Amino acid sequence: MVNNSGPAVAVSGLQVVRGKRRVIPGLDLEIPAGQVVGLLGPSGSGKSTLMRCIVGVQIVESGTVTVLGHPAGSPTLRDRVGYVTQSPSVYADLSVRDNVTYFGRAIGLRGAELREAVDRTLAEVDLVSYADQLVQDLSGGQESRVSLAAALVGRPSLLVLDEPTVGLDPVLRRDLWDLFRHLADRGHSLVVSSHVMDEATRCDRLVLLREGRVLADATPAELLQQTGAVDADAAFLALIDAETARSGERSSS
Amino acid sequence: MNAGLTAATSGRVLRQVRTDHRTIGLIIVVPCVLLGLLAWIYTGTPVFDAIGPALLGVFPMVVMFIVTSVATLRERQSGTLERLLTTPMGKGDFMLGYAGAFGALAVVQAVIATGFAVWVCGLGVAGPVWLLVVVAVFDAVLGTALGLLASGFARTEFQAVQFMPAFLLPQFLLCGLLIPRDQLPTVLEWVSNVLPLSYAVDAMKEIARNADPVTAVLGDLGIVAAFIAGALALASLTLSRRSA
Repeated sequence: MVNNSGPAVAVSGLQVVRGKRRVIPGLDLEIPAGQVVGLLGPSGSGKSTLMRCIVGVQIVESGTVTVLGHPAGSPTLRDRVGYVTQSPSVYADLSVRDNVTYFGRAIGLRGAELREAVDRTLAEVDLVSYADQLVQDLSGGQESRVSLAAALVGRPSLLVLDEPTVGLDPVLRRDLWDLFRHLADRGHSLVVSSHVMDEATRCDRLVLLREGRVLADATPAELLQQTGAVDADAAFLALIDAETARSGERSSS
Repeated sequence: MNAGLTAATSGRVLRQVRTDHRTIGLIIVVPCVLLGLLAWIYTGTPVFDAIGPALLGVFPMVVMFIVTSVATLRERQSGTLERLLTTPMGKGDFMLGYAGAFGALAVVQAVIATGFAVWVCGLGVAGPVWLLVVVAVFDAVLGTALGLLASGFARTEFQAVQFMPAFLLPQFLLCGLLIPRDQLPTVLEWVSNVLPLSYAVDAMKEIARNADPVTAVLGDLGIVAAFIAGALALASLTLSRRSA
């Protein structure tokens, strides 16, 4: 079902300019298939921009982004890559079920297969009892779950999720991370951005971004070992301090 | 392009409209109220019979233009459009889906507005009444197509609403309702020759005064259809899968 032969995403020499800022000044990264990869970093570090490049909606200055063996954004990828933006992008004046059904149709599901996929997805994001409510009548956390469901319904090979757990309660956060784990075990690849460091331990691999550069790319255990820190939060701070010290030396010499 | 994706989009847009009862009410009621007002103003004169059919074409176009341009602008701003364009949904599927949904609404609107004008307000035309409905539907779809195009240039809702006077009022002034088009100053006549509303109004006027207008009306509708196709094609160029 899922092609495991190459990396899910390969980024090489990527440069992106947004407005007048060079948001990504040059980035190389490989994201292995069949894993949950956490994209961490402070706001403005380029997480969302990198995700936009992976799903192929970002105009890039130079460099290549290869997804599942094809250039990012190519037509063959459109039913294989699912994308959830940071702010929920669903129709407020449609019911939860109608939203998920429409995005299911958009990636080509029909008939009984579509109905089963919608029912399964509503259960996964715990919105079965809200299925017939309009999205505009839901809370913010529920709305972001509808947005997530709209991507999950197609069971894409690669899921790109921008801060999917913001504003959710701990139980639901745990359930969603269990779902991400379950998907990865079945061969799907996931790229999940977060600024909640305690979620980092649930990832197979962590990519730490700062100012559009990769600060670290390692498993959680390796990261703790390298930095001698006790948790992901401390590890991240240690790496940032080390980086700041290095760049300070460079600019003073 | 894919018929299934187009139909899915039409169905979704109609579901959205269905949850907004007030908008449905406005789409259906406003043209009837305006036509009724006009008939009342011109009680006892032949003016309503002369301009009523033309306005039966103009009102649906204006209403559909506004509804469509705001709906698609919302779709751009909410991120749903960007998301859809990462799926197999094509730009053409999206555009035709909107045109289909609002075209279906236009049929309902045109049947009710025409029925109201003819049977309640006593509008008398020389040609067949059903042809009024057909032309009104074409005009409404034209409004949708122009609205889709205009929304491509609007960044805010304020701009989208301002595009109505900018896109439609000049067409209204030059379409032959105020002065017959062949009596306009030459340059303005040329301009009116390249505006779609002129042909929509020509078709309606033909039905008003000609007992057998089908041939002439078909010619005008052909031109309106070409404008619809052109506007939809241009509008899909304003959609891009990638942005800065």
